[in-house]
Amino acid sequence: MNIIICIKQVPETTEVRINPETNTLIREGVKSIINPFDMYAIEEGVRLKEKLGGKVTVVTMGPPQAENALREAISLGADEAILVCDRAFAGSDTWATSYILSEVIRKIKDFDLIICGKQASDGDTAQVGPGISMHLDIPQVTYVKKIEDIKDKSMRVERMMEEGFEIIELPLPALLTVVKEINEPRLPSLKGMMRAKSAKINLWTQKELDLDPNNVGLNGSPTQVVKIFTPAQRTGGQMLSGEPHEIVEKLVALIKDEVN
Amino acid sequence: MGIQIIIEKCTGCTLCIKACPFNAIRILDKKAVIDLHKCTICGACASACKFKAVFIEKEPVKCQLPDITGYKGVWVFIEQKKGKVQSVSYELLGKAHELAKKLNCQVGAIFIGNNLGDQVDELIIYGADIVYLVEAPEIANFQDEPYTNILINLIQKYKPEILLCGASTIGRSLISRVAVKLKVGLTADCTGLDIDPEKKILLQTRPAFGGNIMATITSPNYRPQMATVRHKVMQPIAPDKHRKGKIIREQFPAKVYVSRAKLLDIVEEVESLVNLTEADIIVSGGRGMGGKENFKILEEFAQALGGAVGSSRAAVDSGWMPYSHQVGQTGRTVAPKIYFACGISGQIQHLVGMQSSKIIIAINKDPEAPIFKVATYGIVGDLFQIVPALTKKFKENLRK
Amino acid sequence: MNYYLSDEQKMVQDLARKIAQEKMIPVAAKYDITEEYPWDIIKIIADAGLFGLFIPEAYGGMGVGVLNLCLATEELSRACGGIAVCYAASALGTFPIVLFGNDEQNKKYLPDLAAGKKVAAFGITEPEAGSDASAIKTTARKEGNHYVLNGIKHFITNGGDAETYVVIAMTDKNRGARGASAFIVEKGTPGFTFGKKEEKLGIRASSTSELIFTDCKIPKENLLAKEGMGFIVTMKTFDMSRPGVAAQALGIAQGSLDVAVKYSRERVQFGKSISSFQGIQWMLADMATQVEASRALVYACAREIDNGEKDVAKDSAMAKMYASDVAMKVTTDAVQILGGYGYMKDYPAEKFMRDAKITQIYEGTNQIQRNIIALQLIKEAAKK
Repeated sequence: MNIIICIKQVPETTEVRINPETNTLIREGVKSIINPFDMYAIEEGVRLKEKLGGKVTVVTMGPPQAENALREAISLGADEAILVCDRAFAGSDTWATSYILSEVIRKIKDFDLIICGKQASDGDTAQVGPGISMHLDIPQVTYVKKIEDIKDKSMRVERMMEEGFEIIELPLPALLTVVKEINEPRLPSLKGMMRAKSAKINLWTQKELDLDPNNVGLNGSPTQVVKIFTPAQRTGGQMLSGEPHEIVEKLVALIKDEVN
Repeated sequence: MGIQIIIEKCTGCTLCIKACPFNAIRILDKKAVIDLHKCTICGACASACKFKAVFIEKEPVKCQLPDITGYKGVWVFIEQKKGKVQSVSYELLGKAHELAKKLNCQVGAIFIGNNLGDQVDELIIYGADIVYLVEAPEIANFQDEPYTNILINLIQKYKPEILLCGASTIGRSLISRVAVKLKVGLTADCTGLDIDPEKKILLQTRPAFGGNIMATITSPNYRPQMATVRHKVMQPIAPDKHRKGKIIREQFPAKVYVSRAKLLDIVEEVESLVNLTEADIIVSGGRGMGGKENFKILEEFAQALGGAVGSSRAAVDSGWMPYSHQVGQTGRTVAPKIYFACGISGQIQHLVGMQSSKIIIAINKDPEAPIFKVATYGIVGDLFQIVPALTKKFKENLRK
Repeated sequence: MNYYLSDEQKMVQDLARKIAQEKMIPVAAKYDITEEYPWDIIKIIADAGLFGLFIPEAYGGMGVGVLNLCLATEELSRACGGIAVCYAASALGTFPIVLFGNDEQNKKYLPDLAAGKKVAAFGITEPEAGSDASAIKTTARKEGNHYVLNGIKHFITNGGDAETYVVIAMTDKNRGARGASAFIVEKGTPGFTFGKKEEKLGIRASSTSELIFTDCKIPKENLLAKEGMGFIVTMKTFDMSRPGVAAQALGIAQGSLDVAVKYSRERVQFGKSISSFQGIQWMLADMATQVEASRALVYACAREIDNGEKDVAKDSAMAKMYASDVAMKVTTDAVQILGGYGYMKDYPAEKFMRDAKITQIYEGTNQIQRNIIALQLIKEAAKK
């Protein structure tokens, strides 16, 4: 089974701190990591490959340093890596990003399954995965928490819903986006880390892809960011003190209207 | 195409550096310099610059922009499960009602399923002027492909200028496909929607970076302007039994209803009988709960309040609670009226999933716990004393 | 301090640190209480490829030597000395095969050990043969194509949970130390059973059990090296593995120092963090210096071995003795710095202290190490 995994490099949120004086984000020295949700996608892809044979190709679109994310994916078991990087692609919104990635996948050609994390932790849109499947006109299941059964040309999966889950059977090739519950990502292996260090990262630019300039970057993006601002931070409120029964009395008095 | 600092205008004030989400700007010789490898042209610097020194240039578009005349009306995709309309849809009808007033147009409700008849009136009572009703047995339950096809057909036929949808599992899966197919702009998980009074376009505000920054996004050149909207943020209008509305029934050829992915079964899980994202009150426990069995006191408390039980990642990872209860970055984002955080220290990943709750009550034995920085009411103490006492008190109160 | 580790060594260190931080710290206290064998962590260490570090590539390992093994053991021990010893004791049981196994034995046993599919153990100590290893009573009698083992080994780390055992037994009682031989024994061999599992002060995640041999028949191909070489196998094995015990002690010391530094910065008394008091600062300074000195000794000794130095008995004894004495001292001081909290199980300080003690005792007590060092010193002086 040939599997393509789309990943994104994001800032590590544990390290995102707010400067209390300027009320802005402190990003000095913030590490870049693989989007946490994409770790589940990589793990699921590698597990499928180990079970069924085939190949795992990781794809990311981003700046040159996103290469590190691809190397990490290789250390976790991916076989090949493609970095999609071009100034012409900068400023792409989810429409243009999913268009570019779908064209990359079209160029890879030979695939049975595409796996994405459910969303990226910086943008939180959850739009690129479904966007890719629509561009490629293949079936999709989002929020997959379990792959139950795989046959030659189809698979059965469980999709997490708000109040339970759905069981869905879909023909391949298809696209899945996965949630945390699907697996526990492994740590890299030493052999994988050594392989990753020397692995070749394929660089695909606009020159290789030759995409319609009106569909990529700012021009290919229907949405525009008109303003970015820091929201008013929640500040600590009232501390309730006293004996436990006094605290309970106070709290009940404060919130009973909301409860009823 | 690209981004440039207009050297003559730049004063080296560093406002752009503070605004840049990607740490891509430095000051060199008292002028801002953009690291093009890091820059994504998000535009944050341009809106922060008081001197109009950041110039974002778009190449002249070679192709014609789409014709956007004739698009009118604010639509809401009505999400139903097993035939029951989800509360987020009523919230969105409320917002659509407000937006439609500003645009002087009507509110359309897209209602897809089977045997939905009895709920159509409800949609009108809650603000819909026109209900577009599509019914067939094959589409009784949501499926990505036929619902995408139907929406695309309806949009092409009736040309609404705005389409709103809940930022739910269904909404996010469906609308992304529709937006790609139509090549229109889509903004995810909005928490604020308004109309620009001059340009009459939709201003969509949403959190990014886990709520640490907010972005306002527009899609001026494409129609419809589409957004998914977070639960519990918008208000439904007061129901008006005398409201009048029109019902338009639509039917499509069978091929529109075909899905390659087959929905085999819908399984409801007992443990999540109270849907976390729908709950008005959530009682969450973290590492301080100390063990699986101790969640019982939270369950009793939640039951007394008619709320749901949530959990921090720590408690899920320890195997005390199932993942479906996890609140936070890798779990669910919730915004109830009251959020109790019991024995939760308040890591940033947890806070981003609950900090838009109306009231946050934190109970923790560590006075330094970061959760107190966001809590409306903080209690330093033993949750094993306080929670049962609260349960008892509320049971008494509710009996009265 | 910069030890100018190679990229490869840094990789091993990073990987082991990741396992320690992400996977071991959350479960260390649990295993300390339950005394269960930490199979889930062993599998993670195995999947990461750390079991095969010093095993030649031809037999499925990485062939990257003893310093790498020490780096891994140190990092794992920073999180939990008990889980780390399961790993280190498997290396102890594997070394005799790596050092003395013939091609067939290597092919048969090393790949599974390198992959961590199986865990190894080394059995020499007996109830009446501790520091005096020549007093062992377990016998191996040759019968045609087999050896028949009889006797009891005790205090065997990984005993009962390991699949592959290297056991020292007497093939010729009349020849004293020269009458001992080394054998590979597989779990499940008829006549090979396990006795009492010990309850311990520290390193409680690891298992320590009796091995009981009752007319246990093993094929003669399982003899390692030659008859009579049992003690040479043992001594050469300990020369290799002692830096590993030293690294374990080093990791425990570093782990408790980390806890002490962190706590001292958080704990406020008299309106100030206790790290601002000179009394605490001096303690921390001494602890840090001792830890760094033992690290220098451990790495230097491991580098000697990796560079093919023949006689490392004295140096590896120094590393083991010094690092373990430092571990005991530093962990005790760490408990002191944490005060009352240090004594409670809510904080990891007391566990580090309990885990540290054994490193002064096993693989040759520190008194025996001093004997080795002194004997070598005197020998060297006599040669001049």
